[in-house]
Amino acid sequence: MSDYYQNLSTRVQQSLPGRIGQCSVALGELTVEVPKAHLLEVCRVLRDEPEFACEQLIDLCGLDYSEYGNGSWSGPRYAVAYHLLSVQNNHRIRLKVFTDGEVPLVDSVVSIWSSANWYEREAFDLFGIVFEGHPDLRRILTDYGFVGHPFRKDFPISGNVEMRYDPEKGRVVYQPVSIDPRNLVPRVIRHDHRYVTPEVPAAQGDK
Amino acid sequence: MAEIRNFTLNFGPQHPAAHGVLRLILEMDGEVIQRADPHIGLLHRATEKLAEQRHYVQNLPYMDRLDYVSMMSNEHAYCLAVEKMLGIEVPERAQYIRVMFDEITRILNHLLWIGSHALDVGAMAMFLYAFREREDLMDCYEAVSGARLHAAYYRPGGVYRDLPERMPQYATRATKWHSEASLKASNQNRQGSLLDFIEDFANRFPGYVDEYETLLTDNRIWKQRTVGIGVVSPERALQMGFTGPMLRGSGVAWDLRKKQPYEVYDKLAFDIPVGSNGDSYDRYLVRIEEFRQSNRIIKQCVDWLRRNPGPVMVDDHKVAPPPRAEMKQDMEALIHHFKLVSEGISLPAGEAYAAVEHPKGEFGIYLVSDGANKPYRMKIRAPGFAHLSGFDEMVRGHMLADVVTVIGTQDIVFGEIDR
Repeated sequence: MSDYYQNLSTRVQQSLPGRIGQCSVALGELTVEVPKAHLLEVCRVLRDEPEFACEQLIDLCGLDYSEYGNGSWSGPRYAVAYHLLSVQNNHRIRLKVFTDGEVPLVDSVVSIWSSANWYEREAFDLFGIVFEGHPDLRRILTDYGFVGHPFRKDFPISGNVEMRYDPEKGRVVYQPVSIDPRNLVPRVIRHDHRYVTPEVPAAQGDK
Repeated sequence: MAEIRNFTLNFGPQHPAAHGVLRLILEMDGEVIQRADPHIGLLHRATEKLAEQRHYVQNLPYMDRLDYVSMMSNEHAYCLAVEKMLGIEVPERAQYIRVMFDEITRILNHLLWIGSHALDVGAMAMFLYAFREREDLMDCYEAVSGARLHAAYYRPGGVYRDLPERMPQYATRATKWHSEASLKASNQNRQGSLLDFIEDFANRFPGYVDEYETLLTDNRIWKQRTVGIGVVSPERALQMGFTGPMLRGSGVAWDLRKKQPYEVYDKLAFDIPVGSNGDSYDRYLVRIEEFRQSNRIIKQCVDWLRRNPGPVMVDDHKVAPPPRAEMKQDMEALIHHFKLVSEGISLPAGEAYAAVEHPKGEFGIYLVSDGANKPYRMKIRAPGFAHLSGFDEMVRGHMLADVVTVIGTQDIVFGEIDR
């Protein structure tokens, strides 16, 4: 399995010289980093070239790396991960595009895969990543009139506002949350590699 | 007289055919749909965000609550993702148990689908038939996990416990509602183990599927309501990210159980039904055939499980808690249990995507870990989300009544779409 993906990784690098960043194969999955500027071109090649033939965009999601490794992350804050599937060749490719800035921008791939439409709306809604060229970039999962992007790491888990019925005003009102966030399980990062056995090299290695 | 033809109709979110909380804004020309705009998110619970606050084992029960009619399949994808990152291999018996319960779940899901789909389209009786069989299967869930719906039975590293030797029975004392004779009759196939009960069910089930087919397959009204409704070409189905029966109904022979086999699917004999016209009727036929194929898989699993006792959980106490009896004697085991419950498992840094062939399509979990005991980011790839995003295209040009058929044929469940 891993040989196949190593090979695929080489073929991807050969077909797209200079247009892609790092390619890595881990756990039997190929991850290709794509610079923002070349995204559409790379996607089109991966969809249309028969040796890749990724007809399906299975998943698209936003990521916020600001607290990765307890703040040891130094790259761009946001990323978008695309999971492509080729029904014809039976392989998967993951693309990752990093983006940053006050308004993180990424080109929309709706013109390449229709399924990107709602996925991009979701990533916009939850992370505030703006997809340039999207035909209808509205919020999708959060409430009408919601403020903020809830899956960003600086958005509190309990939210900013709560809703209650105000009997005096005779309607539902929003007010700042009255509960304190609590953390029952502290987040710890272990570096003792206790799951790494000789037969199975760790996650970074090859499976 | 001036005629006003175009108008906008609000459908749902409180509508019995909306399968939960779907709100549709329909732009109509007379009774013909011009554009449909589904508004989702009314059941959004931010599962993915909540998962970032809990350790890996605590996150498992959230999976049941995603697609709440195919609970164990959701757990399966999650467990596969965690196991992939840990690099652990699940004992073979646990793999067979998982496959068996995956297929039981598939039948459970399709039963609810056929019941509600037929009910929406106008065949009331189907719902009653489907729930008769669901009752037996939910008893299997209960026997194995203690819960009829939210099982939390699969765990990273295997399954929570082995199959019970005794199938729970009904109380035998007569009540105001049940005579002793009827209770005795209900207990008749519950005298042996869970496997005996499942086998008895698997022997009866093909007959039930025949009953459903008698009611629907050649039914003139059923065909009028489903043939040629919501036609999706294979190219469009791939473009729109359709998976599962929605893709196979359009004639694409794609099933992860065959193409990217996980657990023991490569050792089992079963076929993948494929439609040809891509309409609601073909998708119905595909799902009906999946009943039969799932039943076939269940029988093979029962047979294997009878012959091969063994462990159902990995013997690594860094991943799976030690047995209760051991904890009473051994300090080391007690510490392991304490650390597992309070701190949980830490996954190596990296990322992984694991998918299963869920009853509705490809259900995937994308995990990103920075080495901590909680996921850094967990993305749930729900099949229904992609299906519903193709809804607009499927209903354009159809009548209002066909909207209900298309919702039914997509097998919409909001737990997974809104997450």
